[in-house]
Amino acid sequence: MNKKRTDFAQKLISAPYIVWSAIFIIVPLLMVAYYAFTDKSGAFTLDNISGLSRYAKTFGMSLLYAAEATVISLIIAYPLAYFMSNMKAGAQRMMSMLIMLPMWMNFLIRTYSWITILAKTGIINTLLSKIGIGPVQLINTPGAVVLGMVYNYLPYMVLPIYTVMVKIDKSLLEAADDLGSSPISRLRRVIFPMTVPGIISGITMVFVPSVSTFYISQKLGGGKTMLIGDVIEMQFQSSYNYNLGAAISLVLMVLILISLAVMNRFDDSEEGGILI
Amino acid sequence: MKILSFNKILAMLLCFLVALSFCGCYCEEYIPSADYELSLEGEYNKSLAGTTLNVFNWGEYIPDGTEGSMDINKKFSELTGIKVNYTTYENNEAMYAKLKSGGVSYDIIIPSDYMIERMNKEKMLEKLDFSRISNYKYIDPQYKNLYFDPENEYSVPYSVGMVGLIYNTKTVKQKPDSWGTMWDEKYKGDILNFNNPRDAFAISQQFLGFDLNTTDKTQWDKAAHKLIEQKKILQSYVMDEIFQKMEDGEAAIAPYYAGDFLLMQENNPDLEFVYPKEGTNIFVDSVCVPKGCQNYEAAMLYINFLLEPDIALEIAEYVYYATPNTAVLENDDYSLKGNEYLYPEVYPKVQYFHDVDSDIRTYYEYLWESVKLA
Repeated sequence: MNKKRTDFAQKLISAPYIVWSAIFIIVPLLMVAYYAFTDKSGAFTLDNISGLSRYAKTFGMSLLYAAEATVISLIIAYPLAYFMSNMKAGAQRMMSMLIMLPMWMNFLIRTYSWITILAKTGIINTLLSKIGIGPVQLINTPGAVVLGMVYNYLPYMVLPIYTVMVKIDKSLLEAADDLGSSPISRLRRVIFPMTVPGIISGITMVFVPSVSTFYISQKLGGGKTMLIGDVIEMQFQSSYNYNLGAAISLVLMVLILISLAVMNRFDDSEEGGILI
Repeated sequence: MKILSFNKILAMLLCFLVALSFCGCYCEEYIPSADYELSLEGEYNKSLAGTTLNVFNWGEYIPDGTEGSMDINKKFSELTGIKVNYTTYENNEAMYAKLKSGGVSYDIIIPSDYMIERMNKEKMLEKLDFSRISNYKYIDPQYKNLYFDPENEYSVPYSVGMVGLIYNTKTVKQKPDSWGTMWDEKYKGDILNFNNPRDAFAISQQFLGFDLNTTDKTQWDKAAHKLIEQKKILQSYVMDEIFQKMEDGEAAIAPYYAGDFLLMQENNPDLEFVYPKEGTNIFVDSVCVPKGCQNYEAAMLYINFLLEPDIALEIAEYVYYATPNTAVLENDDYSLKGNEYLYPEVYPKVQYFHDVDSDIRTYYEYLWESVKLA
């Protein structure tokens, strides 16, 4: 009787969230699927999906760039999070504040400011030409696009890793020392396994937005190399081909899911994928 | 300690923001708008006072009181007591989509030529009552009876522009005369092109000597091929960033409108402009009234008001495109009177965009995608 009542109460409390996610998550997903498998007149078709081989190269490039950005972010973020977690409490707060501070600014402006840094007449090239090195091609290159991704999404890598690192029980580290493990093997065999959940959610949160970005590639890549996000944006914004746009989005979602599933296999800890 | 450090950071940030806003005020010195007495020809009384007029226009396309201009809509409200509800759109297609989707009602829109043609085909425009637009007499006959409104029933020209080649004289020593300059290997990495299919294709079509509105798909193919060829030496596809990139010297060659070039040249005197010999694309944006308008009377009054010599002068000075209003063209106070770029003595060969069939549109959108994917 009592149990029944709490069950009912729980259902009642969760009802708004279920309705919310149904309306704003499930229904839109179904709509994407509907558009992907219909043509402009609303009749069922597989043409949208079968025509996607045209974008194979673009899909590949987007996944590659996003993977590069994710790896670079991880390489930067892991040591940073490690040092942060060993700082004094005040300094830690200061650091996480500094990492979050740029995120208060609009994403578009943050990306745009890189144009003025990387441009031919930009800050870096002005300095370089002062010391006699001619203007270097920085903007409108794949490197600039990856840089933009790393810069924009780095906080999403640092923060989850940092969060799991500060929670590590210091006595475990002492135990590792006492039992004669070297600093490196301590990092490898004690700290690293415990931070895997943080790494996994970090990777997810950097990889997923990177692979579907369109603004960064347009502004820092000069609009000449299209990523899959650009193609999708084009279908909706200028070509008005919602069906094709939905088909690409759907395939992209599946690709992301596969990537994440593959990655999750590496994560055998209990609380894996906390943020997915 | 925790609270203290947070507050400190917050305080620092706020100081910084305040300092910034001061800086902003200081730079943009506000010049009060010229408040001289207007001499108006039409009759403006308060008989429609209290009603609302919904105007849907391009962004930055009417003087709004900034930079010392006259606030046209405010002036109109003062004269007539009609409340002007002013909203803007980014491009013709966005405006069209909004009207098409329904649920909105506008009394005034200012689409471009080909869009007027399309809207007219789809019976989306209301006939204008020219007996109430006495100032229509000021419209240059050159801009009457145009293809999109052959009987002058639906539209009143607002402004006119032509695309030309903007170049930086520091990089491009010899005055170019052809769109071919945009394919010249010498300027690798210095060339910009439009980031939308119609305008980008137009450059390549003109260079190849094609009709901009051709229904011959092989011509579209060839134009697309030419664009792919250009990609190797192109810096980027851009729209409004052209301003910044040309002014900073980041790029040296770009196609854009003469009026915009004049603004760029004010910031970078090294820039020059030429109408290529192959000809160029011209646009005429005209004032129209869409079907379903709620305040037709006020709309007629507003159109007549926009054509008032003094008001049209303000608009021409603000918008910087060529004006179809002869009263302005002859006015000695018009700072761009006889401007060699806006009103060239020898007119270039021009082509209008027409509303192409959806079949062709789908085809060139597809080709454009291929260009971008290449």
